[in-house]
Amino acid sequence: MLRAEGLYKSFVLHHQGGACIPVLEGVSLTVQAGECVALQGPSGSGKSTLMRSLYANYRIDRGSIWVNHQGDWVDLPQLPPHQMLEVRQHTVGYVSQFLRVIPRVPALEVAAEPLMDLGIAPEIAYDKIRLLFTQLNLPERLWQLSPTTFSGGEKQRVNIARAFSVNYPILLLDEPTSALDAANRDVVMQLIEARKAQGCAMVGIFHDDEVRERVCDRVLQF
Amino acid sequence: MQPLLTIDNLSKTYNSIYACDRISFDLYPGQVLGIIGESGSGKSTLLNAIAGHIPVDAGEIVYCDRSGQPINLRTLPEVHHRKLMKTEWGFVQQNPRDGLRMTVTAGANIGERLLDVGERHYGNIRSEAIEWLSQVEIPHSRMDDLPSTFSGGMQQRLQLARILVTQPRLVLMDEPTGGLDVSVQAKLLDLMRSLVRTLHLSVILVTHDIGVVRLLAHRLMVMQNGQVVETGLTDQVLDDPHHPYTQQLVSATLMP
Repeated sequence: MLRAEGLYKSFVLHHQGGACIPVLEGVSLTVQAGECVALQGPSGSGKSTLMRSLYANYRIDRGSIWVNHQGDWVDLPQLPPHQMLEVRQHTVGYVSQFLRVIPRVPALEVAAEPLMDLGIAPEIAYDKIRLLFTQLNLPERLWQLSPTTFSGGEKQRVNIARAFSVNYPILLLDEPTSALDAANRDVVMQLIEARKAQGCAMVGIFHDDEVRERVCDRVLQF
Repeated sequence: MQPLLTIDNLSKTYNSIYACDRISFDLYPGQVLGIIGESGSGKSTLLNAIAGHIPVDAGEIVYCDRSGQPINLRTLPEVHHRKLMKTEWGFVQQNPRDGLRMTVTAGANIGERLLDVGERHYGNIRSEAIEWLSQVEIPHSRMDDLPSTFSGGMQQRLQLARILVTQPRLVLMDEPTGGLDVSVQAKLLDLMRSLVRTLHLSVILVTHDIGVVRLLAHRLMVMQNGQVVETGLTDQVLDDPHHPYTQQLVSATLMP
Protein backbone atom coordinates (compact mmCIF):
# COMPACT_ATOMS: atom_id res chain seq x y z
CA MET A 1 0.00 0.00 0.00
CA LEU A 2 2.89 2.32 0.87
CA ARG A 3 6.45 2.30 -0.43
CA ALA A 4 8.91 4.98 0.63
CA GLU A 5 12.25 4.89 -1.14
CA GLY A 6 15.51 6.66 -0.29
CA LEU A 7 14.05 9.54 1.71
CA TYR A 8 16.30 12.44 2.55
CA LYS A 9 15.16 15.33 4.70
CA SER A 10 17.15 18.11 6.27
CA PHE A 11 16.18 21.37 7.91
CA VAL A 12 17.94 24.64 7.09
CA LEU A 13 17.57 27.24 9.83
CA HIS A 14 18.07 30.56 8.08
CA HIS A 15 17.92 32.61 11.25
CA GLN A 16 20.36 30.48 13.17
CA GLY A 17 23.38 30.99 10.97
CA GLY A 18 21.95 28.90 8.15
CA ALA A 19 22.56 25.72 10.16
CA CYS A 20 21.64 22.59 8.20
CA ILE A 21 20.36 19.64 10.19
CA PRO A 22 20.17 16.38 8.24
CA VAL A 23 17.48 14.13 9.76
CA LEU A 24 16.58 11.46 7.23
CA GLU A 25 19.42 10.05 5.17
CA GLY A 26 18.21 7.43 2.74
CA VAL A 27 15.33 5.89 4.72
CA SER A 28 13.19 3.30 2.93
CA LEU A 29 10.04 1.57 4.13
CA THR A 30 7.43 -0.70 2.57
CA VAL A 31 4.11 -1.43 4.27
CA GLN A 32 1.73 -4.12 3.03
CA ALA A 33 -2.02 -4.10 3.48
CA GLY A 34 -2.96 -5.35 6.96
CA GLU A 35 0.49 -4.72 8.35
CA CYS A 36 1.53 -2.34 11.14
CA VAL A 37 5.13 -1.07 11.28
CA ALA A 38 6.47 0.64 14.39
CA LEU A 39 9.07 3.39 14.16
CA GLN A 40 11.40 3.03 17.10
CA GLY A 41 14.41 4.94 18.35
CA PRO A 42 15.50 7.69 20.75
CA SER A 43 13.99 11.18 20.57
CA GLY A 44 15.53 13.27 17.85
CA SER A 45 16.32 10.24 15.71
CA GLY A 46 13.81 11.19 13.00
CA LYS A 47 10.75 9.04 13.71
CA SER A 48 8.36 11.98 13.70
CA THR A 49 10.08 13.53 10.69
CA LEU A 50 9.50 10.32 8.74
CA MET A 51 5.85 10.15 9.83
CA ARG A 52 5.24 13.75 8.83
CA SER A 53 7.02 13.19 5.53
CA LEU A 54 4.81 10.18 4.77
CA TYR A 55 1.81 12.50 5.16
CA ALA A 56 3.53 15.16 3.00
CA ASN A 57 3.37 17.50 5.97
CA TYR A 58 7.16 17.83 5.77
CA ARG A 59 8.56 18.26 2.27
CA ILE A 60 11.36 15.79 1.60
CA ASP A 61 14.56 16.82 -0.23
CA ARG A 62 14.92 13.59 -2.17
CA GLY A 63 13.22 10.20 -2.59
CA SER A 64 9.74 8.97 -3.40
CA ILE A 65 6.69 8.06 -1.38
CA TRP A 66 4.54 5.72 -3.47
CA VAL A 67 0.99 5.46 -2.26
CA ASN A 68 -1.72 3.23 -3.67
CA HIS A 69 -4.47 5.79 -4.18
CA GLN A 70 -7.72 4.28 -5.49
CA GLY A 71 -5.86 1.63 -7.45
CA ASP A 72 -3.16 3.89 -8.91
CA TRP A 73 0.36 4.26 -7.56
CA VAL A 74 1.14 7.94 -7.02
CA ASP A 75 4.34 9.57 -5.78
CA LEU A 76 2.85 11.76 -3.06
CA PRO A 77 5.49 14.54 -2.84
CA GLN A 78 5.35 15.02 -6.63
CA LEU A 79 1.60 15.60 -6.82
CA PRO A 80 0.09 19.03 -7.42
CA PRO A 81 -1.58 20.44 -4.27
CA HIS A 82 -5.17 19.58 -5.17
CA GLN A 83 -4.28 15.93 -5.78
CA MET A 84 -2.24 15.79 -2.58
CA LEU A 85 -5.35 16.97 -0.71
CA GLU A 86 -7.39 14.30 -2.46
CA VAL A 87 -4.98 11.56 -1.34
CA ARG A 88 -5.28 12.84 2.23
CA GLN A 89 -9.07 12.89 1.97
CA HIS A 90 -9.47 9.37 0.68
CA THR A 91 -6.35 7.32 1.25
CA VAL A 92 -3.99 8.44 4.00
CA GLY A 93 -5.24 9.24 7.51
CA TYR A 94 -3.17 10.73 10.29
CA VAL A 95 -3.64 10.69 14.05
CA SER A 96 -1.73 13.73 15.16
CA GLN A 97 -0.60 14.56 18.69
CA PHE A 98 -2.19 17.97 18.32
CA LEU A 99 -5.75 19.03 17.82
CA ARG A 100 -6.19 22.43 16.18
CA VAL A 101 -9.76 23.67 16.11
CA ILE A 102 -11.84 26.79 15.70
CA PRO A 103 -12.73 27.69 19.31
CA ARG A 104 -16.52 27.38 19.27
CA VAL A 105 -16.97 24.26 17.11
CA PRO A 106 -18.30 21.27 19.12
CA ALA A 107 -16.27 18.05 19.42
CA LEU A 108 -18.86 16.11 17.42
CA GLU A 109 -18.46 18.44 14.45
CA VAL A 110 -14.67 18.54 14.73
CA ALA A 111 -14.51 14.77 14.56
CA ALA A 112 -17.08 14.51 11.75
CA GLU A 113 -15.19 16.90 9.50
CA PRO A 114 -13.20 14.34 7.45
CA LEU A 115 -16.44 12.47 6.69
CA MET A 116 -18.26 15.65 5.69
CA ASP A 117 -15.32 16.67 3.48
CA LEU A 118 -16.00 13.44 1.61
CA GLY A 119 -19.54 14.67 0.99
CA ILE A 120 -21.24 12.47 3.57
CA ALA A 121 -24.45 13.95 5.01
CA PRO A 122 -23.95 15.53 8.47
CA GLU A 123 -26.44 13.25 10.29
CA ILE A 124 -24.80 10.09 8.97
CA ALA A 125 -21.38 11.46 9.85
CA TYR A 126 -22.52 12.44 13.37
CA ASP A 127 -23.99 8.98 13.96
CA LYS A 128 -20.70 7.37 13.06
CA ILE A 129 -18.82 9.71 15.40
CA ARG A 130 -21.32 9.14 18.25
CA LEU A 131 -20.58 5.44 17.93
CA LEU A 132 -16.81 6.01 18.04
CA PHE A 133 -17.08 8.47 20.96
CA THR A 134 -19.12 5.91 22.88
CA GLN A 135 -16.60 3.19 22.10
CA LEU A 136 -13.79 5.49 23.26
CA ASN A 137 -15.66 6.33 26.50
CA LEU A 138 -15.75 10.04 25.76
CA PRO A 139 -18.45 11.34 28.15
CA GLU A 140 -21.57 12.39 26.27
CA ARG A 141 -21.72 15.77 28.04
CA LEU A 142 -18.55 16.74 26.15
CA TRP A 143 -19.84 16.02 22.65
CA GLN A 144 -21.46 19.41 22.14
CA LEU A 145 -18.55 21.33 23.69
CA SER A 146 -15.52 22.73 21.95
CA PRO A 147 -12.45 20.53 22.53
CA THR A 148 -10.31 23.63 23.27
CA THR A 149 -10.88 23.08 27.01
CA PHE A 150 -10.58 19.28 26.94
CA SER A 151 -7.86 17.36 28.78
CA GLY A 152 -5.03 15.79 26.79
CA GLY A 153 -6.68 12.37 26.87
CA GLU A 154 -10.05 13.74 25.76
CA LYS A 155 -8.47 15.65 22.87
CA GLN A 156 -6.58 12.55 21.86
CA ARG A 157 -9.79 10.56 21.65
CA VAL A 158 -11.40 13.24 19.46
CA ASN A 159 -8.38 12.94 17.17
CA ILE A 160 -8.67 9.16 17.09
CA ALA A 161 -12.39 9.31 16.28
CA ARG A 162 -11.60 11.78 13.47
CA ALA A 163 -9.03 9.49 11.89
CA PHE A 164 -10.88 6.20 12.43
CA SER A 165 -14.22 7.48 11.11
CA VAL A 166 -13.03 7.18 7.51
CA ASN A 167 -11.87 3.80 6.19
CA TYR A 168 -8.46 5.02 5.09
CA PRO A 169 -6.40 2.26 3.42
CA ILE A 170 -3.31 3.81 5.08
CA LEU A 171 -3.17 5.18 8.63
CA LEU A 172 -0.29 7.01 10.29
CA LEU A 173 -0.39 7.01 14.09
CA ASP A 174 1.74 9.47 16.01
CA GLU A 175 1.67 8.24 19.61
CA PRO A 176 -2.07 7.55 19.57
CA THR A 177 -2.24 6.33 23.18
CA SER A 178 0.23 8.63 24.94
CA ALA A 179 -2.39 10.45 27.05
CA LEU A 180 -4.80 7.55 27.65
CA ASP A 181 -5.50 5.40 30.71
CA ALA A 182 -5.28 1.60 30.52
CA ALA A 183 -8.94 1.01 29.65
CA ASN A 184 -8.99 3.51 26.79
CA ARG A 185 -5.60 2.35 25.59
CA ASP A 186 -7.14 -1.07 25.25
CA VAL A 187 -10.04 0.34 23.21
CA VAL A 188 -7.60 2.04 20.82
CA MET A 189 -5.62 -1.18 20.44
CA GLN A 190 -8.84 -2.99 19.54
CA LEU A 191 -9.65 -0.31 16.96
CA ILE A 192 -6.18 -0.67 15.45
CA GLU A 193 -6.44 -4.46 15.34
CA ALA A 194 -9.87 -4.33 13.72
CA ARG A 195 -8.63 -1.92 11.07
CA LYS A 196 -5.60 -4.10 10.37
CA ALA A 197 -7.86 -7.10 9.93
CA GLN A 198 -9.71 -5.09 7.25
CA GLY A 199 -6.42 -4.62 5.39
CA CYS A 200 -5.36 -1.16 6.51
CA ALA A 201 -1.60 -0.50 6.23
CA MET A 202 -0.30 1.30 9.32
CA VAL A 203 2.81 3.09 10.47
CA GLY A 204 3.05 4.20 14.06
CA ILE A 205 5.16 5.68 16.81
CA PHE A 206 4.30 4.02 20.11
CA HIS A 207 6.20 4.85 23.27
CA ASP A 208 4.21 2.26 25.16
CA ASP A 209 5.99 -1.13 24.79
CA GLU A 210 2.83 -3.09 25.52
CA VAL A 211 0.90 -1.35 22.75
CA ARG A 212 3.73 -1.73 20.26
CA GLU A 213 4.20 -5.40 20.97
CA ARG A 214 0.52 -6.13 20.68
CA VAL A 215 -0.37 -4.26 17.47
CA CYS A 216 2.85 -4.06 15.45
CA ASP A 217 4.17 -6.74 13.11
CA ARG A 218 7.68 -5.36 12.83
CA VAL A 219 9.90 -2.48 13.84
CA LEU A 220 11.88 0.03 11.81
CA GLN A 221 14.78 0.95 14.05
CA PHE A 222 16.21 4.48 13.97
CA MET B 1 -10.56 18.43 -12.49
CA GLN B 2 -10.22 21.79 -14.19
CA PRO B 3 -8.93 24.87 -12.35
CA LEU B 4 -11.54 27.52 -11.62
CA LEU B 5 -9.04 30.32 -11.90
CA THR B 6 -5.63 30.46 -13.54
CA ILE B 7 -3.30 33.34 -12.86
CA ASP B 8 -0.32 33.44 -15.19
CA ASN B 9 2.64 35.79 -14.72
CA LEU B 10 0.56 38.62 -13.37
CA SER B 11 2.55 41.81 -12.83
CA LYS B 12 1.69 45.24 -11.51
CA THR B 13 4.10 48.11 -10.98
CA TYR B 14 3.72 51.43 -9.21
CA ASN B 15 6.35 53.95 -10.37
CA SER B 16 8.59 51.14 -11.64
CA ILE B 17 8.38 49.32 -8.29
CA TYR B 18 6.88 45.84 -8.58
CA ALA B 19 3.83 45.46 -6.32
CA CYS B 20 3.19 42.07 -7.93
CA ASP B 21 6.02 40.42 -9.77
CA ARG B 22 5.09 37.61 -12.17
CA ILE B 23 2.57 35.84 -9.93
CA SER B 24 1.20 32.49 -11.16
CA PHE B 25 -1.13 29.96 -9.56
CA ASP B 26 -4.13 27.72 -10.20
CA LEU B 27 -7.17 27.66 -7.93
CA TYR B 28 -9.39 24.55 -7.95
CA PRO B 29 -13.10 24.36 -7.07
CA GLY B 30 -13.77 24.09 -3.33
CA GLN B 31 -10.30 25.27 -2.41
CA VAL B 32 -9.36 28.02 0.00
CA LEU B 33 -6.08 29.68 -0.93
CA GLY B 34 -4.52 31.85 1.76
CA ILE B 35 -2.11 34.64 0.88
CA ILE B 36 0.03 35.91 3.74
CA GLY B 37 2.73 38.54 3.94
CA GLU B 38 3.42 41.77 5.79
CA SER B 39 1.98 45.16 4.82
CA GLY B 40 3.40 46.26 1.51
CA SER B 41 4.15 42.73 0.34
CA GLY B 42 1.69 43.11 -2.54
CA LYS B 43 -0.99 40.71 -1.30
CA SER B 44 -3.86 43.21 -1.36
CA THR B 45 -2.70 44.59 -4.70
CA LEU B 46 -2.78 41.07 -6.09
CA LEU B 47 -6.31 40.50 -4.81
CA ASN B 48 -7.55 43.79 -6.25
CA ALA B 49 -5.84 43.10 -9.55
CA ILE B 50 -7.53 39.71 -9.80
CA ALA B 51 -10.89 41.34 -9.02
CA GLY B 52 -10.31 43.93 -11.73
CA HIS B 53 -10.34 46.84 -9.27
CA ILE B 54 -6.99 48.01 -10.55
CA PRO B 55 -5.44 47.56 -14.01
CA VAL B 56 -2.50 45.17 -14.37
CA ASP B 57 0.59 45.63 -16.53
CA ALA B 58 1.11 42.09 -17.75
CA GLY B 59 -0.09 38.52 -17.35
CA GLU B 60 -3.27 36.55 -17.76
CA ILE B 61 -6.31 35.96 -15.56
CA VAL B 62 -8.44 33.13 -16.88
CA TYR B 63 -11.68 32.17 -15.13
CA CYS B 64 -13.76 29.12 -15.95
CA ASP B 65 -17.42 30.18 -15.71
CA ARG B 66 -20.52 28.27 -14.62
CA SER B 67 -21.00 26.85 -18.11
CA GLY B 68 -17.41 25.57 -18.16
CA GLN B 69 -16.23 28.23 -20.58
CA PRO B 70 -12.75 29.69 -19.98
CA ILE B 71 -12.88 33.50 -19.95
CA ASN B 72 -9.89 35.78 -20.28
CA LEU B 73 -10.73 38.50 -17.79
CA ARG B 74 -8.20 40.97 -19.14
CA THR B 75 -9.89 41.12 -22.52
CA LEU B 76 -13.46 40.74 -21.29
CA PRO B 77 -15.60 43.81 -22.10
CA GLU B 78 -16.29 45.96 -19.04
CA VAL B 79 -20.04 45.30 -19.02
CA HIS B 80 -19.56 41.53 -19.03
CA HIS B 81 -16.88 41.80 -16.40
CA ARG B 82 -19.18 43.73 -14.11
CA LYS B 83 -21.96 41.19 -14.58
CA LEU B 84 -19.59 38.32 -13.79
CA MET B 85 -18.46 40.05 -10.60
CA LYS B 86 -22.07 40.32 -9.46
CA THR B 87 -23.18 36.82 -10.38
CA GLU B 88 -20.24 34.46 -10.01
CA TRP B 89 -17.78 36.38 -7.82
CA GLY B 90 -17.92 38.09 -4.47
CA PHE B 91 -15.48 40.45 -2.77
CA VAL B 92 -15.36 40.79 1.01
CA GLN B 93 -13.76 44.06 2.03
CA GLN B 94 -11.64 44.41 5.15
CA ASN B 95 -13.79 47.35 6.21
CA PRO B 96 -17.47 46.38 5.97
CA ARG B 97 -18.28 50.04 5.25
CA ASP B 98 -16.59 49.59 1.86
CA GLY B 99 -18.62 46.50 1.05
CA LEU B 100 -22.01 47.56 2.41
CA ARG B 101 -24.35 50.41 1.69
CA MET B 102 -24.61 52.03 5.08
CA THR B 103 -27.64 54.19 4.30
CA VAL B 104 -30.02 51.35 3.46
CA THR B 105 -31.32 48.55 5.68
CA ALA B 106 -29.70 45.15 6.15
CA GLY B 107 -32.46 43.54 4.11
CA ALA B 108 -32.01 46.05 1.29
CA ASN B 109 -28.27 45.40 1.25
CA ILE B 110 -28.98 41.80 0.42
CA GLY B 111 -31.90 42.56 -1.89
CA GLU B 112 -29.83 44.99 -3.92
CA ARG B 113 -27.54 42.26 -5.25
CA LEU B 114 -30.60 40.27 -6.28
CA LEU B 115 -32.09 43.29 -8.07
CA ASP B 116 -28.76 43.68 -9.86
CA VAL B 117 -29.06 40.20 -11.30
CA GLY B 118 -32.63 40.74 -12.42
CA GLU B 119 -34.84 39.50 -9.59
CA ARG B 120 -37.97 41.67 -9.51
CA HIS B 121 -40.41 39.88 -7.22
CA TYR B 122 -40.47 41.73 -3.88
CA GLY B 123 -41.68 38.71 -1.91
CA ASN B 124 -38.88 36.51 -3.26
CA ILE B 125 -36.29 39.13 -2.48
CA ARG B 126 -37.53 39.50 1.07
CA SER B 127 -37.65 35.76 1.73
CA GLU B 128 -34.16 35.30 0.25
CA ALA B 129 -32.90 38.11 2.48
CA ILE B 130 -34.39 36.43 5.55
CA GLU B 131 -32.87 33.10 4.53
CA TRP B 132 -29.39 34.60 4.15
CA LEU B 133 -29.55 36.60 7.35
CA SER B 134 -30.23 33.37 9.20
CA GLN B 135 -27.41 31.58 7.34
CA VAL B 136 -24.99 34.20 8.69
CA GLU B 137 -26.67 34.10 12.11
CA ILE B 138 -28.22 37.58 12.12
CA PRO B 139 -31.71 37.57 13.74
CA HIS B 140 -34.62 38.38 11.38
CA SER B 141 -35.65 41.15 13.75
CA ARG B 142 -32.62 43.15 12.55
CA MET B 143 -33.64 42.96 8.89
CA ASP B 144 -35.01 46.50 8.72
CA ASP B 145 -32.20 48.10 10.71
CA LEU B 146 -29.36 50.08 9.19
CA PRO B 147 -25.97 48.32 9.16
CA SER B 148 -24.54 51.28 11.07
CA THR B 149 -26.43 50.00 14.13
CA PHE B 150 -24.66 46.61 13.85
CA SER B 151 -21.49 45.52 15.63
CA GLY B 152 -18.33 45.03 13.56
CA GLY B 153 -18.75 41.26 13.53
CA MET B 154 -22.38 41.53 12.42
CA GLN B 155 -21.48 43.99 9.68
CA GLN B 156 -18.88 41.57 8.42
CA ARG B 157 -21.44 38.73 8.40
CA LEU B 158 -23.94 40.96 6.61
CA GLN B 159 -21.29 41.60 3.98
CA LEU B 160 -20.98 37.85 3.53
CA ALA B 161 -24.76 37.45 3.20
CA ARG B 162 -24.90 40.26 0.63
CA ILE B 163 -22.38 38.42 -1.51
CA LEU B 164 -23.61 34.88 -1.00
CA VAL B 165 -27.20 35.65 -1.99
CA THR B 166 -26.27 35.48 -5.67
CA GLN B 167 -24.53 32.15 -5.04
CA PRO B 168 -21.04 33.07 -6.20
CA ARG B 169 -18.49 30.39 -7.04
CA LEU B 170 -15.44 32.43 -6.13
CA VAL B 171 -15.10 34.74 -3.14
CA LEU B 172 -12.14 37.06 -2.63
CA MET B 173 -11.54 38.23 0.93
CA ASP B 174 -9.24 41.01 2.08
CA GLU B 175 -8.47 40.63 5.81
CA PRO B 176 -12.07 39.63 6.62
CA THR B 177 -11.34 39.17 10.33
CA GLY B 178 -9.13 42.26 10.56
CA GLY B 179 -10.85 44.57 12.99
CA LEU B 180 -12.72 41.92 14.98
CA ASP B 181 -11.97 40.76 18.50
CA VAL B 182 -10.97 37.17 19.03
CA SER B 183 -14.33 35.62 20.02
CA VAL B 184 -16.10 37.30 17.09
CA GLN B 185 -13.30 36.11 14.79
CA ALA B 186 -13.91 32.53 15.85
CA LYS B 187 -17.59 32.81 14.99
CA LEU B 188 -16.83 34.26 11.56
CA LEU B 189 -14.17 31.62 10.89
CA ASP B 190 -16.56 28.82 11.80
CA LEU B 191 -19.23 30.32 9.57
CA MET B 192 -16.85 30.75 6.63
CA ARG B 193 -15.60 27.22 6.98
CA SER B 194 -19.06 25.66 6.93
CA LEU B 195 -20.15 27.88 4.02
CA VAL B 196 -17.11 26.82 2.00
CA ARG B 197 -18.14 23.21 2.47
CA THR B 198 -21.90 23.47 2.01
CA LEU B 199 -21.80 25.92 -0.92
CA HIS B 200 -18.64 24.42 -2.44
CA LEU B 201 -17.07 27.88 -2.59
CA SER B 202 -13.58 28.65 -3.75
CA VAL B 203 -11.89 31.39 -1.79
CA ILE B 204 -8.81 33.55 -2.04
CA LEU B 205 -8.12 34.88 1.43
CA VAL B 206 -5.62 37.65 2.07
CA THR B 207 -4.57 38.06 5.68
CA HIS B 208 -1.58 38.63 7.91
CA ASP B 209 -3.07 36.35 10.56
CA ILE B 210 -1.38 32.94 10.53
CA GLY B 211 -4.02 31.51 12.89
CA VAL B 212 -6.74 32.33 10.39
CA VAL B 213 -5.04 30.61 7.45
CA ARG B 214 -4.17 27.61 9.61
CA LEU B 215 -7.84 27.01 10.30
CA LEU B 216 -9.32 28.03 6.97
CA ALA B 217 -6.92 27.67 4.06
CA HIS B 218 -6.06 24.46 2.23
CA ARG B 219 -3.12 26.07 0.48
CA LEU B 220 -0.85 28.96 1.24
CA MET B 221 1.16 31.50 -0.71
CA VAL B 222 3.70 33.66 1.12
CA MET B 223 4.48 37.04 -0.42
CA GLN B 224 7.35 39.42 0.19
CA ASN B 225 8.25 42.52 -1.85
CA GLY B 226 5.75 41.69 -4.56
CA GLN B 227 7.00 38.15 -5.08
CA VAL B 228 5.71 34.76 -4.04
CA VAL B 229 8.55 33.39 -1.93
CA GLU B 230 6.92 30.11 -0.86
CA THR B 231 3.85 28.03 -1.64
CA GLY B 232 2.45 24.70 -0.48
CA LEU B 233 -0.31 23.08 1.51
CA THR B 234 -0.99 25.28 4.54
CA ASP B 235 0.39 22.76 7.04
CA GLN B 236 3.52 22.25 4.91
CA VAL B 237 4.35 25.93 4.80
CA LEU B 238 3.63 26.52 8.50
CA ASP B 239 5.18 23.31 9.91
CA ASP B 240 8.13 23.08 7.53
CA PRO B 241 8.82 26.62 6.29
CA HIS B 242 11.72 26.80 3.83
CA HIS B 243 12.15 30.45 2.95
CA PRO B 244 13.94 32.72 5.46
CA TYR B 245 10.99 35.13 5.48
CA THR B 246 8.46 32.36 6.16
CA GLN B 247 10.65 30.97 8.92
CA GLN B 248 10.76 34.40 10.51
CA LEU B 249 6.98 34.82 10.17
CA VAL B 250 6.23 31.42 11.71
CA SER B 251 8.75 31.72 14.54
CA ALA B 252 7.33 35.13 15.45
CA THR B 253 3.87 33.63 15.97
CA LEU B 254 2.99 32.30 19.40
CA MET B 255 0.86 29.32 18.29
CA PRO B 256 1.45 29.03 14.54
